[in-house]
Amino acid sequence: MSSEIYKDIILDYYRNPRNFGDLPEPDVRAKDSNPLCGDIIEMQLKIKDGRVDDIRFKGKGCAISQASASMLTEAVKGKTLDEIKAMGKPYVLELLGIDPGPTRIKCALLGLKVLKLSVYGYLGQAVTEEVKQLV
Amino acid sequence: MVEKVTTINVSKLREDFPVLKRLVNGKPLIYFDNAATSQKPESVIETTDRYYREYNANIHRGIHKLAEEATLAHEEAREKIAKFIHAKHTEEIIFTRNATEAINLVAYSWGRANVGKGDKIVLTIMEHHSNTVPWQLLAQEKGATVEYVKIDNDGMLRLEEVHEIIDEKTKIVCVTQASNVLGTINPVKEIGKVAHRYGAMFLVDAAQSVPHMRVDVRDIDCDFFAFSGHKMLGPTGIGVLHGKSEHLRRMPPFLGGGEMIREVHTTGSLWKDIPYKYEAGTPNIVGAIGLGAAVDYLSKIGMENVYEHEREIAKYAIGRMSEVKDLTLYGPRDIAQRVGVLSFNLGDIHAHDLASILDEDGIAIRSGHHCAQPLMEFLNVPAMSRASFYIYNTREEVDVFINALEKARKLFAR
Repeated sequence: MSSEIYKDIILDYYRNPRNFGDLPEPDVRAKDSNPLCGDIIEMQLKIKDGRVDDIRFKGKGCAISQASASMLTEAVKGKTLDEIKAMGKPYVLELLGIDPGPTRIKCALLGLKVLKLSVYGYLGQAVTEEVKQLV
Repeated sequence: MVEKVTTINVSKLREDFPVLKRLVNGKPLIYFDNAATSQKPESVIETTDRYYREYNANIHRGIHKLAEEATLAHEEAREKIAKFIHAKHTEEIIFTRNATEAINLVAYSWGRANVGKGDKIVLTIMEHHSNTVPWQLLAQEKGATVEYVKIDNDGMLRLEEVHEIIDEKTKIVCVTQASNVLGTINPVKEIGKVAHRYGAMFLVDAAQSVPHMRVDVRDIDCDFFAFSGHKMLGPTGIGVLHGKSEHLRRMPPFLGGGEMIREVHTTGSLWKDIPYKYEAGTPNIVGAIGLGAAVDYLSKIGMENVYEHEREIAKYAIGRMSEVKDLTLYGPRDIAQRVGVLSFNLGDIHAHDLASILDEDGIAIRSGHHCAQPLMEFLNVPAMSRASFYIYNTREEVDVFINALEKARKLFAR
């Protein structure tokens, strides 16, 4: 692992998070934390015709967790709920453009987990083991 | 200014620790995570290795040569540990897995027999989870309450609260001798006197003190005293509970099974005398023997010298850290009030990010809540970084560490 993981773009998203804050009337919201370090992410979604119409996130934690959550909110606008359900670790790593290594990967995946929790919550479906084990 | 800092020949001593020769990310390892676990000297590694190679056997009931040797070595380790902490009797030393299990032993055995509805258990806000959760479980089960002595702005216990909180309802007072986050050394002897005045028991969590300073359980006059082997150069999986023999004789067993019984009948069983009454099942024989070797190593250096060396390193580090912009250091400023555990935050850099950046330079620090969430909540700090020192750490390592902090600060200032 090296500080190459702290590329300008990641620090930029950490310092100036996109889509940070609250939605006026979200259709669904979800929140989770990483017990290892206490990172917290909350996501709020507006859903229209089975797609993400609008999205915001809030949170506290390390640069990796906050930047990846912010990048994810930008990337999933307009995506279908099925597309989000199909997303995995490779999708997040590609967004970040780095591999944070085995001890920090959970920081990077917290945003995806909360996004998926939102989608399953909206659909009223049970959360899969795969999602539970992301972080 | 150059001053004589230590009577320890650190560069010679470092040769005793094989892992210190290691490179991490191409840089010499700088191990500042000693409050989590210490590194092991050759003598401990050799001693444990020799047990498996030469006299591996189960202890106590074997008649053959190997069993005799293993039993002797195991019990010799108990004696060394008893002397090391100045216990009155060797049989007051009970081997456990770690400090956590030692505290749980007291909470389950003594606690369930002596704590009832409306009773009070007194802790401090700076306790490690291992000295918090067992008491919360006991309190929940028995309908007792748990109260916490708070700290002042300097990270010192509010002694006036000790006097306010401990009362006739208090059944036990449990206090860490040295905080694993703030480094604060608590006046355990004084707190114990207050507990005893009200007829309460007094337990000391010594996980962060025994490895780093001379301790004397008779002088502290504690009823129970718990610590781990792996933080004091010993193997993992071995810990110690020291208890006053009059309590240990009276308390019910903790775990039941082999090794701890005198007679077993279908109608019931008789226990062995202490310490074996609390050591059910085949123990961690090699762990105990290895811990004995660790105690030998520390005794040879002298705990006063260990303490002095770490204090000098900590003093130097505090001085250098105070030069780093935006660095917040937690815990007492007065070096006489603390052990070599320095928790800090650097600007708004999250502790985990900082640990990642330092790891690039081969520097091992800890980051997070340090198993002390009530304290983090009290201080309203979500996470901290922590550098903690031991006998093998040097000023030069502190200099590399400071440079890495500056690098991190600049990286995040972009």
